[in-house]
Amino acid sequence: MEMINLTIDNKPVSVSKGTTVLKAAASAGIDIPTLCYMKLEDMNIENKPGGCRVCVVEVKGRRNLAPACCTEATEGMVIDTHSIRAINARRTVVELILSDHPADCLICAKSGNCDLQNLAHRMGIRKIHYQGEQSMYREDTSPAIIREINKCIMCRRCETMCNEVQTVGVLSAVNRGFQAVVAPAFEMNLDHSVCTYCGQCVAVCPTGALTEADETGAVIRALSDPTKTVIVQTAPAVRAALGEEFGMEAGSLVTGKMVAALRRLGFDYVFDTDFAADLTILEEGTELLNRLSKFLEGDKNVKLPILTSCCPAWVKFFEHQFPEMKDIPSSARSPQQMFGSIAKTYFAEKIGVKRENLVVVSIMPCLAKKYESSRPEFSVNDNPDVDFALSTRELAHLIHLSNLDFNSLPDEDFDAPLGESTGAAIIFGTTGGVIEAAVRTAYEVYTGKSLPRVDFEELRGMEGLRKATIDFDGTPINIGIAHGLGNARKLLEDIQAGHSEFHAIEIMSCPGGCIGGGGQPYHHGDAEVLKKRQRAIYSEDKNKTIRKSHENPYIVKLYEEFLGAPMSEKAHHLLHTKYFDRS
Amino acid sequence: MNKIKSLADLRKLQNEVQSKIKLREKGDNPDKLVQIKVSMATCGIASGAKETMTFFIDELEHQGIDAVVTQTGCMGYCYAEPTIELIIPGQAPVVYGYVTKAKAQEIIDKHIKLNQMVDGIIPVNYSSIDN
Amino acid sequence: MAEYNMHILVCGGTGCKASQSELIKTKFQTLLTELGLTDEIQVIMTGCFGFCEKGPIVKILPDNTFYTQVSPEDVSEIVEEHIIKGRKVERLLFKDPETKEIIGDAKGMDFYKKQKRIALRNCGFINPENIEEYIGRDGYAALGACLTEKTPKEVINIVKDSGLRGRGGGGFPTGLKWEIASKSVSDQKYVVCNADEGDPGAFMDRSILEGDPHSVLEAMAICGFCIGADKGLIYIRAEYPLAIERLKVAINQAREYGLLGNDILGTGFNFDVELRYGAGAFVCGEETALIHSMEGLRGEPGVKPPFPAEKGYNGKPTNVNNVETFANIPVIINKGAEWFASIGTKRSKGTKVFALAGKINNVGLIEVPMGITLREIIYDIGGGIKDGRGFKAVQTGGPSGGCLTKAFLDTPIDYDNLLAAGSMMGSGGMIVLDDSDCMVSIAKFYLEFTLDESCGKCAPCRIGNKRLHEILDKITEGNGELEDLNRLRLLGNVIKDTSLCGLGQTSPNPVLSTLDNFAEEYTEHVTAHKCRAGQCKSMMHYSIDPDHCTGCTLCFRNCPVGAISGEKRAPHYIDQSICIKCGVCFEKCKFNAVLIA
Repeated sequence: MEMINLTIDNKPVSVSKGTTVLKAAASAGIDIPTLCYMKLEDMNIENKPGGCRVCVVEVKGRRNLAPACCTEATEGMVIDTHSIRAINARRTVVELILSDHPADCLICAKSGNCDLQNLAHRMGIRKIHYQGEQSMYREDTSPAIIREINKCIMCRRCETMCNEVQTVGVLSAVNRGFQAVVAPAFEMNLDHSVCTYCGQCVAVCPTGALTEADETGAVIRALSDPTKTVIVQTAPAVRAALGEEFGMEAGSLVTGKMVAALRRLGFDYVFDTDFAADLTILEEGTELLNRLSKFLEGDKNVKLPILTSCCPAWVKFFEHQFPEMKDIPSSARSPQQMFGSIAKTYFAEKIGVKRENLVVVSIMPCLAKKYESSRPEFSVNDNPDVDFALSTRELAHLIHLSNLDFNSLPDEDFDAPLGESTGAAIIFGTTGGVIEAAVRTAYEVYTGKSLPRVDFEELRGMEGLRKATIDFDGTPINIGIAHGLGNARKLLEDIQAGHSEFHAIEIMSCPGGCIGGGGQPYHHGDAEVLKKRQRAIYSEDKNKTIRKSHENPYIVKLYEEFLGAPMSEKAHHLLHTKYFDRS
Repeated sequence: MNKIKSLADLRKLQNEVQSKIKLREKGDNPDKLVQIKVSMATCGIASGAKETMTFFIDELEHQGIDAVVTQTGCMGYCYAEPTIELIIPGQAPVVYGYVTKAKAQEIIDKHIKLNQMVDGIIPVNYSSIDN
Repeated sequence: MAEYNMHILVCGGTGCKASQSELIKTKFQTLLTELGLTDEIQVIMTGCFGFCEKGPIVKILPDNTFYTQVSPEDVSEIVEEHIIKGRKVERLLFKDPETKEIIGDAKGMDFYKKQKRIALRNCGFINPENIEEYIGRDGYAALGACLTEKTPKEVINIVKDSGLRGRGGGGFPTGLKWEIASKSVSDQKYVVCNADEGDPGAFMDRSILEGDPHSVLEAMAICGFCIGADKGLIYIRAEYPLAIERLKVAINQAREYGLLGNDILGTGFNFDVELRYGAGAFVCGEETALIHSMEGLRGEPGVKPPFPAEKGYNGKPTNVNNVETFANIPVIINKGAEWFASIGTKRSKGTKVFALAGKINNVGLIEVPMGITLREIIYDIGGGIKDGRGFKAVQTGGPSGGCLTKAFLDTPIDYDNLLAAGSMMGSGGMIVLDDSDCMVSIAKFYLEFTLDESCGKCAPCRIGNKRLHEILDKITEGNGELEDLNRLRLLGNVIKDTSLCGLGQTSPNPVLSTLDNFAEEYTEHVTAHKCRAGQCKSMMHYSIDPDHCTGCTLCFRNCPVGAISGEKRAPHYIDQSICIKCGVCFEKCKFNAVLIA
């Protein structure tokens, strides 16, 4: 590889050709501040508009300052990152950005987590020398995402996520000059747009311009209402990230502390969405096997591949963008909604509480779950199966509010019966997990044999698009995996064009799957955080005694006592759904 | 219109169409060319100035002489119509009277081509206010 | 082929067309038909003559009569008097504003005397909607010569040797640009003509496209031959309907004649041109923003490198030149690099087209050799300052440029001298200012333009220019402080130093250059709260001198806001809290009793 030699702050640096000045400097231990720039290493996600100009450095012989993030290191370059000219320019640029930003840090949802605030702190900004008019825009609220775009700094990260990564195409820069801002076309509201509420824009927003719709107040009110029985379910990815909100290393598993905290918050029963994940596998797996068997028998009416349907943003995506394919995804509801449905029927009956007095709260790594729970088909007589869907961050906020010292809480177990789960359910939290869980069950049901090994390494990883062929005792089953809706789009277009060879495909909207969801603690552009969470998920799976969904004893009991068999009429009514053309 | 299929075709067309705009090119540089101003007021027209002018244009073109033929107002020699003013670059203007076609032919053949003045010159009997 | 005795050229530029030149042309044709003279007299609608100040223009050849401000009602008089009787219609001839002399022959006009027309060679001369007239003027001969007698490398060398530099603003050597694009390896390349002319008051490119569209098409084909591209795109603003129309006609004709399309002149060379419309965003004149816009993306610039020559339209190597640059190419090929290089200064060759505007007598489009002085342009070609007022400055380079003062009147104009003087060549806007112009307000005007036209992508341009503008606003409102002048300079320099594209990097120039050249005017605004040009209304104070006021009540009756009171035949009084400083009282007073301070 061709090497480039240059000097940065008097240090000789040698980097491979094509390296940016920013990276070259980092390799020499020089940390040039950035704001708009964001790169998730190895995940093919990069936002590099060169717009904020915070990373400008002085390059000897160049007329103007160079943005380090998008200037390539060239042979013999002499760079000064902290000359008075560079420092003055950088400070002025940050002051300018601050001069057009509401100074309401004290009450901002992003306070403490804001890249702009951190930058101002790091630069030691004490005065804004150029004060003036601030841009004013209308606030936009939707079921999942709040846009307070007075706080938009035009870093375009959300735009990169929405357009390039997710190919949803809702957010883009509108207007010119001082009025320029990122917004949906014609500045329409998000809920009128084709937004999937995947929340990736929120996950990367450096300021408080994009945040989740906060429902913690409503949950506190429900918890304090003596007439209500309040139960909670927690999604698998939450336990792998919640600790970060309390200063723990990324990838710390806090399942037990989380359960203890929820109990102390006053929830009457602390359950696990993982239980519903196991249930999903039985429903979705059975559906897959039915379709697969008919297909292999040569039934031309059967459509393959079957697509997973756990991810609400993905569901909304195909309803808008590929409505003609709405009969291909599995009809199984997502684990969150299966849980709600079972909780407000089976469990409500069991404890003798009327549906309207039972409040179901879910803790999700996701913002689209807020929207999903509000879909009318998931309500009975206007009473939703899931009343409130809080993000991981909102749960952390509730814990802080309740004066709990999270780190010193004891480890506690989930309540029965909806708290028991298998290793197959926990891996729902990462890309590839749902399909691996499905394969574990489908293999045994299809072949009638016991799996020699349950770990399917070939289905794991962080590649945006993966494929593997699993040998079902002589029958090769082709599996596709996509995370990130842009990758999903590629697979869908292949299916449309008729060159898909897959039997089953797992699709997750968020890069990394649910561990990278829009409701998770902010990763601040560090892909390592996502990888650590993924490793935590797999280690939890490994530590479980039962690792196949169909072996979950409470699931077996649920079918015996209530549902009958997978895909039964009752199961169909309570656990399956239909999709709508939203184009 | 047929397509121009070669450079030779292009040059041929160029030569053909150049005549259409030659007058404009001449107009841009009249001082370098032979100029003939034909007096075309009522008196001139009545005496056949138009025929004379057309003759000049056609004959000069025919002989391939670059010249500018323009019309002008009455020069005051109404008794000697048609009258023309001939300007050879670098020489004083000369006015001819009674310029019939035959006379015009003679002016072209002798004065313009050989620089020999012919009969019929009207002595200039006034000076223009410009001078 | 029939030859006409007389040609009547009617200007069909946008300016003259707006003043009914189309009707003038029709009237000529009708009258000539009635008189049976259509075989002898040809009526042609041409492109812009440049002398827009006095449009519509009618030029009669071969006697080179130049009629100005012709109205359709004048047509019958011209036909009866000039065409039939040979008597020029004196009242329509151009009258020299200085000498009051009537000039019958265009050659005698100072406006044209010092001009040298290369890019505008055919404007006001040929019918732009007739390809044959272009061919008659050596049109497509350069392309023919390139395709049959030269290699791409040879042609690139001719362009390099000519010293031609980009006429769109940057002044990058054209030949070098072509060479870089020719060296990029790709299965597809593009030639793009930047016709997104956006400087306020500039219409050079529009006039070329309206008056001589084929020169641009021919040059694009030559460029395609040089760099190995078979597709040309013209990015033109949709606000130029006439230029678009003429281009469409020209492209169709060129295709019909086989001068665009496949196998041009039997040489196997393919080249075709398509139009792309811009929505009139100034920033789209920046080549990467232009390419984004053509790709259907938001028109905002990208980071260079990669340059378009490596990765441009659709990710393919793309050569972008502006209209005027292209218009020079065929002449350079036909007449040779040496001929072109003999015109101009050491590092700026050839001519430059300027749109002359502002407080000058002969507003219009001019083409002058590089190295001409401002004095020659303003006083010889431009006919001096309007209303006999004093010259103050010339603004060149549009919103990216700066103001040149009296001190630069005798500086030869070329790329480097303008840059050294704190301005720039830009695309060719030249706005003349007189002593009634306030330099702070002028700087504010240009900044307002960039503020509106910034794409908003980078922070220094988006927010910095807004803050600069706010400071200028504060100064013109009379609330400025000395420290503000310092802040203008500091902030302006950071914006120049940190902005992403050329728009932002040059946007503070009007402010910085006026700060340099008219420092005392700025200081006066903030210390004495005085605007010497009387443009900053907030700082003006109208009062009535009781010693001179006769109490005639004229001012009282004319004041639009009722700020003046007083008894008849007694001194009047202006209520400052109501006065809007419109100046009507000052204008109306016959006794010089209204004072302005």
